[in-house]
Amino acid sequence: MENPTKKIVIIGAGTAGIMLSNKLVKHKLDVTVIDSSEVHYYQPGFLFLPFGKYNLDKLRRPLSKLINKKVTHLRDRVASINYSGNSLTTESGQEVGYDILVIATGTHIDASATQGLSGAGWRKNIFDFYTPDGAMALREALQNFTQGKLVVQIMDMPIKCPVAPLEFAFLADDYFRKRGLRDQIEIEYVTSLSGAFTKPVASSKLGHLLTDKNINIVADFYVEKVDPEARKLICYDGREVNYDLLVTIPVNAGADFLHNSEIANELGFVEVNHGSLQSTKYPNLFAIGDAADLPTSKAGSVAHFEVETLVENIMRSINGQPLEESFDGHSNCFVEAGGGKALLLDFNYQTEPLEGRFPFAMFGPMKLLNPSRINHLGKLAFRYIYWYMLLPGRKIPFIPNKMSIKGKKQPKIS
Amino acid sequence: MQKEIAGQNVEVDAEGYLADLNQWNGEIAKAIASELGITELSQQHWDVINWLRDQKASGNELNIRKVGGSGVVDIKQFYQLFPGGPLKNASKIAGLPKPTSCL
Repeated sequence: MENPTKKIVIIGAGTAGIMLSNKLVKHKLDVTVIDSSEVHYYQPGFLFLPFGKYNLDKLRRPLSKLINKKVTHLRDRVASINYSGNSLTTESGQEVGYDILVIATGTHIDASATQGLSGAGWRKNIFDFYTPDGAMALREALQNFTQGKLVVQIMDMPIKCPVAPLEFAFLADDYFRKRGLRDQIEIEYVTSLSGAFTKPVASSKLGHLLTDKNINIVADFYVEKVDPEARKLICYDGREVNYDLLVTIPVNAGADFLHNSEIANELGFVEVNHGSLQSTKYPNLFAIGDAADLPTSKAGSVAHFEVETLVENIMRSINGQPLEESFDGHSNCFVEAGGGKALLLDFNYQTEPLEGRFPFAMFGPMKLLNPSRINHLGKLAFRYIYWYMLLPGRKIPFIPNKMSIKGKKQPKIS
Repeated sequence: MQKEIAGQNVEVDAEGYLADLNQWNGEIAKAIASELGITELSQQHWDVINWLRDQKASGNELNIRKVGGSGVVDIKQFYQLFPGGPLKNASKIAGLPKPTSCL
């Protein structure tokens, strides 16, 4: 039986929030999305902006064209939530009640979390590319960069799309090679993790990529502070890395109103059951996409696979049924490797990225964990799938929500 | 694969991280620490190791920032206690999986 009086409020109209709202209205629920933005960006495109591919117009659409007309879009920001009273207050002072609340506020970069990062060098010789402004400013900086040391650097995990910095380094190698400048430019990859590839099969399969492209790696480097005058990164153990141009992935954080809240962790990500997406604190509270503290990639594909579980669980919650813990951490993404090739990854909480064929076990046509032209074309084509299938909440053929082990090569256990 | 650590047969991955955190004990921790060049585990080492194990058992993901905010050590001390790569080395000694990114 339908229950049209139940009110679902979704905070955030990013990839997860749009998909979820478009799916939920089909169940005849009263759905409200709260987001102050007028436009939505196709964020995977930000990777290509610094290299002069795409322009911003190709990567953005008005939210009004993406959200179903039956969804109420409240253009506002959330100031506070009264969890036990099932209501929230917006910055303009509106009080909004809900039966079920979904937090889909994503993640954003917080340059102020690292001493010296957002100071004198910010957007002069220190850039990010996870924002449209940052990616466009970096485009100009790269055009003017003809010699010196380019450092691509990750502050801490988790970050939105953990492979994007690696892709950036590969594409930068390509970019300077094509301009005939590669010999004058040193590229270094600096990470707080133990290496650029941390999963065993990916490490053994792809470890050579950085060496082949003459990209030096500095691992286990956790930045204590940036000295913008001396142009150097300083690690907690005293090591230093110099740069002429720094492309940084600052600390990623959840929405401001979640910081120091009872429902979120120290970075402002909502603590949820990893299988059901239900808050560990309140039964009528859920989180989806980057806003959740799930131990998988922060990426649109993950949000896509989460939506099925969440729609099912919202309906179960409304009908008083037990929730399903059906989300398996599935993530599926293309990784640009440079030279017009890309890799494809398919993995979940339990299974690391492995070699094999996708989406059909024997036939592919795409190969997993191997750079190929068809994967690169797949990455470019994905922009259309995103606008016309993913966001409207349509099913993408042949791509299951749960990861399949079919077509994957199991690593040999020695 | 099986590996003998401190006279006990335990299941480890290719990089020597314990596959089952229940097979861990203090002797194994000392032996792994010694392999990593940490000759003696002080009380502060143990405080960090126990904190990391508690966090993992509660389903919490670990990162360096979280350790720094734990009240057990700050990040500078964390690097001093487990030189090189504090999170990866401390995790290994604590019998926990290697901290990874998605690839």
